[in-house]
Amino acid sequence: MLKVANLNVYYGGIHALKGISFNVEEGKIVALIGANGAGKSTTLRSICGLKKVREGEITFKSEAITNKPTNDIVKSGMTLVPEGRRIFPNLTVTENLMLGAFLRNDGDEIAKDLEWVNTLFPRLKERKDQKGGTLSGGEQQMLAIGRALMSRPDLLMLDEPSLGLAPVIVGEVFKVIRKVHQEGKTILLIEQNALGALKLADYAYVLETGRIVLEGKGEELLNNEQVKKSYLGG
Amino acid sequence: MSPDVFLQHLVNGISLGFIFGLIAIGYTLVYGVVKLVNFAHGDVFMMATFFVFYGFTLFMMPWWLAVIFGIVVTILLGVGIERIAYRPLRDAPRISSLCAAIGMSFLIQNIATVVFGGRQKSFYVPPSLTTTFVIGGVRIQAITIATIVVSVIVLLLLTFLIKRTKMGLAMRALSVDFDTAKLMGINVNRTIAFTFAIGSALAALSAILWALRYPQIWPFMGVFPGWRAFTAAIIGGIGSIVGALFGGFMLGMVTILLVAFFPEAAGYRDAIIFVLLVVILLVKPTGLFGEKKSR
Repeated sequence: MLKVANLNVYYGGIHALKGISFNVEEGKIVALIGANGAGKSTTLRSICGLKKVREGEITFKSEAITNKPTNDIVKSGMTLVPEGRRIFPNLTVTENLMLGAFLRNDGDEIAKDLEWVNTLFPRLKERKDQKGGTLSGGEQQMLAIGRALMSRPDLLMLDEPSLGLAPVIVGEVFKVIRKVHQEGKTILLIEQNALGALKLADYAYVLETGRIVLEGKGEELLNNEQVKKSYLGG
Repeated sequence: MSPDVFLQHLVNGISLGFIFGLIAIGYTLVYGVVKLVNFAHGDVFMMATFFVFYGFTLFMMPWWLAVIFGIVVTILLGVGIERIAYRPLRDAPRISSLCAAIGMSFLIQNIATVVFGGRQKSFYVPPSLTTTFVIGGVRIQAITIATIVVSVIVLLLLTFLIKRTKMGLAMRALSVDFDTAKLMGINVNRTIAFTFAIGSALAALSAILWALRYPQIWPFMGVFPGWRAFTAAIIGGIGSIVGALFGGFMLGMVTILLVAFFPEAAGYRDAIIFVLLVVILLVKPTGLFGEKKSR
């Protein structure tokens, strides 16, 4: 579904991504793991057109999307739950969710998806008229995921969804991701929480300073000595 | 001073306050979305009166058509300025677009002087608007009432636009977070162009109301109303629409009441307005209705 080939991205003179290639097959959960600064967020931002790609090719549903405007890329059926949730603090929960459906004009179907999101996250329904900025971190993460789902994406990308959340909430977030996957969404997940991500993922790539150094099935990587040592705390 | 005369000044102050408020909203709307103080706003304001003037005198349009023509051309001008001068600098440091805005302001003033001439021209005021009503001893001109009515309608429409439409939602999203707004599928260029269109329409409308009140137009007429309205927007808290309206009201009242009660100090009104600005910013640096940055 998503093909990234030889991706090269720079920040000024810094070569942040040094020729990354990977695939996300339809219906799978794929994880990119790696330490801080390995280039995980940059990868996702490049795919969405938020960061300019110097070299390389990104193909989504067999169409080249490299360096296209973000709104066109989103329209083609993918979306990103950005790092740090980035909900709109000045807008209500409902307005945040409706922004997710910004490109859609099918009122009835939007209402259906809103209902679905509300069953996934009952807390959001309780707080629908509250300003996004007044939610707790966990609720904001739920809102960010719900908002992304409102665009009815085929590919959902999540950037560090567990970052800064209490362990109980992290479990909840991973549960929701699994549920969303079961509803038929393809997922590309970025995590520093390697254990949680690898348990969830069908396939995973390990990123180190702008290069992919290892790849394999989720459970394979869980038992890989190198991964255990570097990312799973021994 | 009799209560009648006071009431008369009050109504005048309200009407002038609305005009300042409408101009100030133009500043605050654009600032809220693109974080740019559009220093050319006062000059767009000036251009609107000339568009109406030439629509009426040169193209022989009926007055109402000249007004619509003026508003439409002003919108095109405002959107064009953004396209030419601000969009290419959007990712540049903030100071670059600020300089571009100041340069744009001087450019428009000087082009206008070359093309229209520096001398004042008389702006046509339909006789129906100069009729004076006497209500319980208070003498009010039709234009004063018209200003208040038009402003209220425009403000209601603007509120609806921002609170209830998709474009308004996009503008509010853009005002806090460009990247995430893009991820929602919002077309940033189109939304910003739309914001400038609304800002310019407000400038045109307030300019026409202004020129009906003070029917002399010339290329530098936008400078002081522009500065005062900008001050109003800052006093109210730039980015806040309610704040801009409130600030506009405050300045309208101060201006009118100063002339009414201390006519000998009227020449100092701009000095007094700026002192007011400094005092308010000392007490509340974000302006009266300004919010603290959340990020």
